[in-house]
Amino acid sequence: MVKIRTSNLNLHFGDNHVLRDVNMEIQEKKVTAIIGPSGCGKSTLLRTFNRMNDFVDKLKISGTIMVGDKDIYQDKMDLSRLRAKVGMVFQKPNPFPKTIFKNVAFGLEVQGKHSKCEVFSIVEESLRAAWLWDEVKDRLHSPAMALSGGQQQRLCIARALANCPEVLLLDEPTSALDPQSTAKIEELCLALKDRVSILIVTHNIAQAGRISDYTAFMYLGELVEFGETEKVFTVPKDKRTEAYLTGVFG
Amino acid sequence: MKRKLFSLSGIVGLYTAVILSIGFLIFFVISIIVKGSSVISWEFITTAPRLGMTEGGIWPALVGTFWLSFLAVIISVPIGVFSAVYLFSYAKSTKWVSFVKICVNTLAGVPSIIYGLFGMALFVNMMGFEVSLLSGALTLAVLALPIVINASFEALSSVSPDFMQAAYALGATKRQSILRVLIPTAMPNILTSVILVTGRVAGETAPIMFTAVAFYNRQLPKSLMDEVMALPYHIFALMTEGTHSAKQVPIAYGSALVLLLLVLSISSTALILRYRLRKKRQW
Repeated sequence: MVKIRTSNLNLHFGDNHVLRDVNMEIQEKKVTAIIGPSGCGKSTLLRTFNRMNDFVDKLKISGTIMVGDKDIYQDKMDLSRLRAKVGMVFQKPNPFPKTIFKNVAFGLEVQGKHSKCEVFSIVEESLRAAWLWDEVKDRLHSPAMALSGGQQQRLCIARALANCPEVLLLDEPTSALDPQSTAKIEELCLALKDRVSILIVTHNIAQAGRISDYTAFMYLGELVEFGETEKVFTVPKDKRTEAYLTGVFG
Repeated sequence: MKRKLFSLSGIVGLYTAVILSIGFLIFFVISIIVKGSSVISWEFITTAPRLGMTEGGIWPALVGTFWLSFLAVIISVPIGVFSAVYLFSYAKSTKWVSFVKICVNTLAGVPSIIYGLFGMALFVNMMGFEVSLLSGALTLAVLALPIVINASFEALSSVSPDFMQAAYALGATKRQSILRVLIPTAMPNILTSVILVTGRVAGETAPIMFTAVAFYNRQLPKSLMDEVMALPYHIFALMTEGTHSAKQVPIAYGSALVLLLLVLSISSTALILRYRLRKKRQW
């Protein structure tokens, strides 16, 4: 099943042509990694899926992006709903300066659709899903800022999961973390595959190899190669992919 | 040798500068304590002046200063904070923002006596509030406004944009992100500036001179339309218009000491609060 489909996606920031004719189909409940050298547009591509680029001045987008059966760049798109359904975790762990509980409950509270009781059970479930429950169950009401970097990042994942997303966008989620926390997040990604489609941008080629089912290689705004990770890594079709994977440039 | 001498003289120069600035403060505080402490007593603080202000205490002035500062802060803080939020999050054109900021900074630089005259013209005469607690508080609020706006704007700018991104990414609307993330995160700094502004407002004389204060008034204010006494003006009146200086000058120093302690305690509350809140939320 295809979860996200982009067709002829072009994106400009002013005169800067950041994404060029990107066509890709992202499979449901798989991990898709987007790799490529700095500035190739992989983060920008990720941010088009929950329209976080909308805040940038002089943004120009053409082509379509379908998430499920919805064209998300329609004028009538409800951005709050889109962003709840397409969750995002950032490079630097950024929990709010609130308690652990309030961080996870944030998305539910802004929706305002759930009773207190429901909120509590969803918070617990999300923390469990992010493998954080056992570490924080006794201090749900202490500040999230007191957690370690890796815990903070898992809290951010739990916070996104609380919205019951269909897609989870991870923008270099481990680049600010130590190796152990990184390993934990990677395992977590594999475990979460059953419930969400995961898109992960990473600088770490080995990481892409370890956790992804599909890999997209981007270069200068183009989607150079996209396919099953095994194939992309073992028999890349494009010379640029091969060069990047073998470390000739990057 | 020459170089060593040069660097030594530089260090001596720096030390002198520091010692001079601290020295002024210490000398100033000590002289007020020495001249003022003799009249300070429980009675001095809790009773009204008597016999043409040659005896008695400063209670009405203390109450007047409390109400003036309290009302001025209550009026200026919401307006100031909301203006800052507008400038920070909603104003679109940068030209408009910088124009408003220039206006605000100009307002911050206006001498306080001008505020007094402005308050008299606008609130006392034009709006007909007469010389009253209300006119004085409004005038002080106008004086406090640019300080509150600038401080709140700084507080909002110091909130990491990561938090707003996270809020948007979780599906919050702009209004929700501002109300639930931006403002609460900036709150410790906004609060500190509010307390500092309270101290500033409590000590102002010129803005209330024509708008709120009575020279001598044994009554406590009963409504917003009453004239009040206020500590800074009380000191000014005793020193300039008193006729029995031998008795009145010590009272003036006593009042000055009380005012000084009041402002110092307000400022130190701000410092302690900021320290605590920063310790509580680290990021």
